[in-house]
Amino acid sequence: MAITEENPGYKWVGTRPIRPDGLEKVTGKARFGADLALPGMLHGKVVRSPHAHAQIVSIDTSAAEAMPGVKAVITGADFPDLAANGAHAGDIDVATNTIARDKVLYEGHVVAAVAAITREQAEAAAKAVEITYEVLPHVLTVDEAMADGAPLLHDGMITKGVDPAPEDPSNIASKILHERGDLDQGFGEADSVVEREFTTKPVHQGYIEPHAAVADANSDGRANLWCSSQGHFQMRAYTATVLGVSPGNIKVTAAEIGGGFGGKTVIYLEPLAVRLSQRAGRPVKLVMDRDEVFRATGPTSGTRIKVKMGATKDGKMTAAEVWMAYEAGAYAGSPVGAAGMTAIACYDIPNFVVEGYDVVCNKPRVAAYRAPGAPMAAFAVESVVDELARNLEIDPIDIRLANAAVEGTQASYGPKFPRIGFVETLEAIKDHPNYSEELGPNQGRGVSAGFWFNAGMMSSATVHINENGTATVVTGSPDIGGSRQSMALMAAEELGIPYESIKPVVADTETVGFNDVTGGSRVTLATGAAVVDACRLVVEDLRSRAAKTWDVELDQVEWVEGQAQHIDGAQPPLSLGDLAKKSGRTGGPISANASLNSRGVGAGFSTQLCDVEVDPETGVTRVIRYLTAQDAGRAISPDYVEGQMQGGVVQGIGWALNEEYIHDSDGVMENPSFLDYRIPVASDLPMIDCSIVEVPNPAHPYGVRGVGEVGIVPPMAAVGNAINDAVDVRMTELPMSPIKVLEAITDQSD
Amino acid sequence: MARVHFSAGLRELTGGQAEVDVEGSTVRRIVAELDEMFPGIGERLSEASSVAIDGEIFTDAELEPVEENAEVHFLDIFQGG
Repeated sequence: MAITEENPGYKWVGTRPIRPDGLEKVTGKARFGADLALPGMLHGKVVRSPHAHAQIVSIDTSAAEAMPGVKAVITGADFPDLAANGAHAGDIDVATNTIARDKVLYEGHVVAAVAAITREQAEAAAKAVEITYEVLPHVLTVDEAMADGAPLLHDGMITKGVDPAPEDPSNIASKILHERGDLDQGFGEADSVVEREFTTKPVHQGYIEPHAAVADANSDGRANLWCSSQGHFQMRAYTATVLGVSPGNIKVTAAEIGGGFGGKTVIYLEPLAVRLSQRAGRPVKLVMDRDEVFRATGPTSGTRIKVKMGATKDGKMTAAEVWMAYEAGAYAGSPVGAAGMTAIACYDIPNFVVEGYDVVCNKPRVAAYRAPGAPMAAFAVESVVDELARNLEIDPIDIRLANAAVEGTQASYGPKFPRIGFVETLEAIKDHPNYSEELGPNQGRGVSAGFWFNAGMMSSATVHINENGTATVVTGSPDIGGSRQSMALMAAEELGIPYESIKPVVADTETVGFNDVTGGSRVTLATGAAVVDACRLVVEDLRSRAAKTWDVELDQVEWVEGQAQHIDGAQPPLSLGDLAKKSGRTGGPISANASLNSRGVGAGFSTQLCDVEVDPETGVTRVIRYLTAQDAGRAISPDYVEGQMQGGVVQGIGWALNEEYIHDSDGVMENPSFLDYRIPVASDLPMIDCSIVEVPNPAHPYGVRGVGEVGIVPPMAAVGNAINDAVDVRMTELPMSPIKVLEAITDQSD
Repeated sequence: MARVHFSAGLRELTGGQAEVDVEGSTVRRIVAELDEMFPGIGERLSEASSVAIDGEIFTDAELEPVEENAEVHFLDIFQGG
């Protein structure tokens, strides 16, 4: 671990204790979304469109309703018409993506759902729902969707961000634009200019646990919902919107989550389960198959990106021009906005234009995926930076150091950077032994870098002191990447008691204050800050109780290592256990709440180094060595920080080499299983070496920045640049599968 | 006065102006001032932007205080994963 700041001497923060959820997970006791079973519970099955684009002419549910065991059948007609109610366009999209009304927009779009006594009965009834479609022409890529005369998904879609606004609708939902300086002048000053065009395919977040929800509706309009998600408060809000009810009528309990990576920040099954339960008068469980997960959830955008960059012979970048089109899937909302803001954010470039388009097409609506939008843009930009370095015969780290954003740099998306640690990640790679490790035949080395904003948002926490002086830390942030351990470590540091004396709990929506989603790399920062605030309130209370006990002024008492101490030593110390045991005498139970809208978000940077070996006979690329350096601000839990860093890299390697959605000419996905959509497994990869860089975020009590996302930004270009180094071919299309690499090698030698 | 910077995408609403000095002690007041100067921009800024004040990014920033001489950027909203 590269420590760039003097270690402040924390007792618990930065240690590697046993994870609090470990025992339940390894013994199978942890309850995930599909594990819950309630008395009288029914099983649901969703009916999905077989067509990529079609008008729903009619739906006949009578045969399904008459089948054995069937207790409820619902269609879009069972939900309020939000459009007629004047709802926000975004809410209407959420509702019609949950269950189609008059039109299906992708293969897998929900049309109806059934609930029956057994899963087999539900599956049989789902097949008996008779739907008549009028099939419409479809568009699957940005090229098809942006073409003149392309079939339209939404008749009223007028491109936003264009002045004057177009008169005619199109599949382009919006345009984004960032520019600075004089592009012609910048390219004129360059000694080398590289221009390339890149394409990437939609890829799925690939979480191991499929979506699952159990709903139990009461006759008074209230409902209980258990689901696997990245934010049960968000699930509550979305579900209430789609059902047209008050959020307060729905209580959501967070199940354990088997991966999300952004893909579980949105709803799919939850309103369907509640409505089925209301219709049937019994609890209903809905669980997706893997096939449904691929066809109807996630993925992230496929893209087309053009990049032109120039630099002087000493490596100074003079200009960048980036054009990008991102698939949004069936509804507006691709991450092209973030892509435009991150594409060249690592660098201080005086002249640039970044232009982007959000494009709808007949595929599942895209969902967030780690640093949404940034990885594809980085694949393109970092590949071109590598080529510039090669043309100019400059070390790939040195060209990045020569242009690296630092504190005070005007970011390409607008504001000046506060304190950041990009340079430190570059130096950590350059100083690592991997950087000078000798390479063998057909082996190559690639460097790439990435930026992500990280996020703050709203969080709440409650800290209870138990009667023996142990503590319960309650938050509403589902634990995806180790947040329970991070919360416990910070609470231990604040309260001055052992980590093992603290139980971190993720509570339901009626037990703790509001928390935004576990996403945006925000929980350790924001929910952590709420935990720190609550602990500090508890400590103030404890000092006050000690002062009462000793009959002294508050300023005579300090809190040191879990004890109230009189500043002159005039009284024997009172431990947390002493004060807790006698809390009834000093004011009652000891507890504090804190809620905040987090401030002081610290941006994240990652630089990565990949060594590959390419088989020139088959085009197979094997990653033989990988190093990632990332600025964590402060690694509260180094084990989990490394886990996040490694996880991002592994997903990025899958994106680089294997993963892609494949559709046939009818718009039907051809590879909706982990057999045909191959994510990397442990045996495919070397150990991912980690270098945690710590440039503390000055705005957080422990210097946290957030680590969950930026790690997935650099890998595709790192792999592509390594392939180029190994066999001298520039790969511009993801995935860089064996057939494409072999084709590139063959083309080069022809 | 705070200095407000506009992204290229917002400049269509400012007649191409890239930055402007505005009086206002909160983001809400600044947006109101801007709407006076560039009619229609207020709705766009309120609905679709997060705000960076002296480099720090805020969401739901309407009531956020803005210091004298602060640098303010309105940004596209982005989602984390």
